[in-house]
Amino acid sequence: MSHDHPEQIHHMGLSSSGHPFRNDNDFPLTCWQSMEIAVRELLIEKGVLTSDEISRQIDAMDARSPANGARVVARAWVDESFKTRLLANGTDACGEMEFDIGPLNLIAVENTGDVHNLIVCTLCSCYPRNLLGFPPDWYKTRAYRSRAVVEPRKLLREFGVELPKNATVRVHDSTADMRYIVIPARPVGSELMTEQELARLVTRDSMIGTGLPLEP
Amino acid sequence: MNTGIERRWHDMGGLDSGPVPMEEHDFAIWEKRVDALMILCGGKGLFTVDGLRRALEDMGEEAFEKHTYYERWIAAINQNLIEAGVYSIEELGEKMEAVSRRGDTYGEAQND
Repeated sequence: MSHDHPEQIHHMGLSSSGHPFRNDNDFPLTCWQSMEIAVRELLIEKGVLTSDEISRQIDAMDARSPANGARVVARAWVDESFKTRLLANGTDACGEMEFDIGPLNLIAVENTGDVHNLIVCTLCSCYPRNLLGFPPDWYKTRAYRSRAVVEPRKLLREFGVELPKNATVRVHDSTADMRYIVIPARPVGSELMTEQELARLVTRDSMIGTGLPLEP
Repeated sequence: MNTGIERRWHDMGGLDSGPVPMEEHDFAIWEKRVDALMILCGGKGLFTVDGLRRALEDMGEEAFEKHTYYERWIAAINQNLIEAGVYSIEELGEKMEAVSRRGDTYGEAQND
């Protein structure tokens, strides 16, 4: 009898990322968890998958994070020709930085002084996951999916973003094959910062459009 | 005006809704495994993301409200794999019974 994550016994605490632990290994087995175990073992027994492949896929997904997107944005801020290529073909431009986006079309949209972009998937949960990793839970909620396309300004206020009255808001509805990422506007006062320093200003939410970059 | 086009439950864009719940959680290993199964089975051509979505959408609104994201995903993956003939529903049933006999927690039942 082994526990993958013995620290999760302390389920009332918070994880290193500041999120609550999810009930998992040490709580009563749910029927869905039994189904996951059963499906995975059947796939392995039938020779469809190996347990190594599954571990490698989990590791690959864990390696994706908003930090990867932040590096792409910082590059776009300092390198005008890279930004042009990123706006023309996000998948290829990320490939230049060795971020494998796979077969998805990644479309970068740029925030400027006048235009603010916001991404959503009204039908399901499509997200630029091959660059940024898993989407935040709220991205998949009914409230976010429903409201982003009709009252983006009000929604953004809930995220602490107040846009100037004359700003144009563009909301992009993602599909399985077309995933968006926002290139936030480079913060004022960041002119002397290096690409690496700039990347630290780029938050996950600023690449979804529900946030702004940190101030220098 | 009746356009003859009925909006299905998952087509949520523009509907009324309350404030966005901001809670986030760290994914459990079983959720990451479900995610990996979807990506790997898709990569091997066993089913497509459209197949996954069809199964999710057919579950209806009640499943969306009642079950978590990866609970719905494993059900949709399972349905697609049975339809693709990878295993039978009887094999699944026997395996799930064997799994639940191993212990009372995921940690005990995962057999790793």
